Amino acid sequence: MSFHMVEAVGVEKQIGHQMILKGIDFTVDRGEVVSLIGPSGSGKSTFLRCINHLTKITGGYLAVDGEPVGYRRSDNKLYELSDAEVALTRAEIGMVFQRFNLFGHKTAIENVIEGPVQVKRQPVERARARAAALLERVGLSSKADAYPSQLSGGQQQRVAIARALAMDPKLMLFDEPTSALDPELVGEVLAVMKDLAADGMTMVVVTHEMAFAREVCDRVAFMDDGRVVECGPPNEVFNNPTSERARSFFARVL
Amino acid sequence: MVTHETSQDINDPPRHEHMEVVPRRSVLRFVPPLIVVFVGLALLQSVVLNPNFEWPLVGSYLFSTAILEGLATTLGLTAMCMLTGAVLGIIIAVMHRSEHWLVVGFAKVYIWFFRGTPILVQLIFWYNLAALFPNLSIGVPFGPSLFTVNTNTLITPFMAAFLGLSLNEGAYMAEIVRAGIGSVDTGQEEAARAIGMTRLRAMRRIVLPQAMPFIIPPTGNETIGMLKMTSLVSVISLSDLLYSAQTIYSRNFEVIPLLLVCCCWYLLLTSVLTVIQGRIERHYARGRHSATPQPGERT
Repeated sequence: MSFHMVEAVGVEKQIGHQMILKGIDFTVDRGEVVSLIGPSGSGKSTFLRCINHLTKITGGYLAVDGEPVGYRRSDNKLYELSDAEVALTRAEIGMVFQRFNLFGHKTAIENVIEGPVQVKRQPVERARARAAALLERVGLSSKADAYPSQLSGGQQQRVAIARALAMDPKLMLFDEPTSALDPELVGEVLAVMKDLAADGMTMVVVTHEMAFAREVCDRVAFMDDGRVVECGPPNEVFNNPTSERARSFFARVL
Repeated sequence: MVTHETSQDINDPPRHEHMEVVPRRSVLRFVPPLIVVFVGLALLQSVVLNPNFEWPLVGSYLFSTAILEGLATTLGLTAMCMLTGAVLGIIIAVMHRSEHWLVVGFAKVYIWFFRGTPILVQLIFWYNLAALFPNLSIGVPFGPSLFTVNTNTLITPFMAAFLGLSLNEGAYMAEIVRAGIGSVDTGQEEAARAIGMTRLRAMRRIVLPQAMPFIIPPTGNETIGMLKMTSLVSVISLSDLLYSAQTIYSRNFEVIPLLLVCCCWYLLLTSVLTVIQGRIERHYARGRHSATPQPGERT
């Protein structure tokens, strides 16, 4: 069975009377790195949060690895999952936030082992060994016992990536991972993400880093006003945008 | 002359350390301390030296068995009610954040009711519960009952006091816990759920520990308040500190000395609690200071 890693068909999200997502059609294949770009307010982050059910969709169909997100399909009906069941599916999807959201009362290594120990019930020793290796991979072995408040933004974000990787996710979601960083700290986070992409991780990245999108991503999806307007290889989308909205957006940011 | 002076000032500017500094002295500055000394002396004369206060009698009752037993009841009741109130408060605060409107509604009505009625009325109400329900039973509503007990045997004065004070405290603690939870960034819960935690586990492992610095200091205030509030249970004839004193002065009519005995104990206990409270507050203030700055983060 080969499913798309992410499959969205006509995904809608309505909050109050406002339609945030107006029918998103979008797929991500296994091992693909896709970035979502577009003006702020276009629904990029909302859509990303729908993929791991932090936000509930109000219409359409959204599946990860063939399983509808937040629901169980049986007899052509969708049964809503319990909080605990949704939590289990989220455990397989890593997420990195704009504002890092490291647990402030825990050290770097405690942040990384929290998921494996609490959710996957791994023995602490094994989780610690794995966490140490992950911190080394993101270049922060020396900061294992530092609290988030003692780390720079770039370091915090790299710990956050290690925390997500510790759950052995099959898919990683990045929600503007470098937007809250000082310019000189952006590079270290992007380097970790590049390394991850080269390793074959499936990634969906909401970003304003056009250079990163062009260099690392297999495809780029341009979103505007709750829809995916263009989607394709970066060079195609950046160099020959077919829609007027994409053209005027790229004229401003490139 | 005038021009000569100014030019000298410019060439040789005055230096603060070379000149004598004359502080501003007002004749009125002696007034507030004088008032304090005057009022102090007046109080000393009218309270300490006034024989009607019967200080020797106060001394003799301070450590009497009845008073010490009352003191123990007061302390025990305070501890039990604060503990139960805190647990109830956390439960109600978490219910307040539920996704189900009925659960949220229950939490709101609970807080509304117990904060909206006087604690004295609540205490008398619990004490008279038997008038409302002569028997209490556990079972299915409108169905068979599994277990029945006579209300008067269950609701002793201590039980009524415990129920009244804890349920009331639960409402106030719920508001404190709610404010504490609200002060933790929502990103913390989101990050916890993103690594596969359920809402409850995220609350217990991630949100509540970080809300504690905001919850514990006001809880200290509540404890001090609770210590004094327990004196209300004297109206339902529970032998706390105040009621024990009242029992004694209803026999010997030494009302003021026995109330002074109570005041001495209450003051001593609240002073001890205030010192502990201050330490706890300083401890958490330190933690918060080091945790707030986010280096490298763009603001």
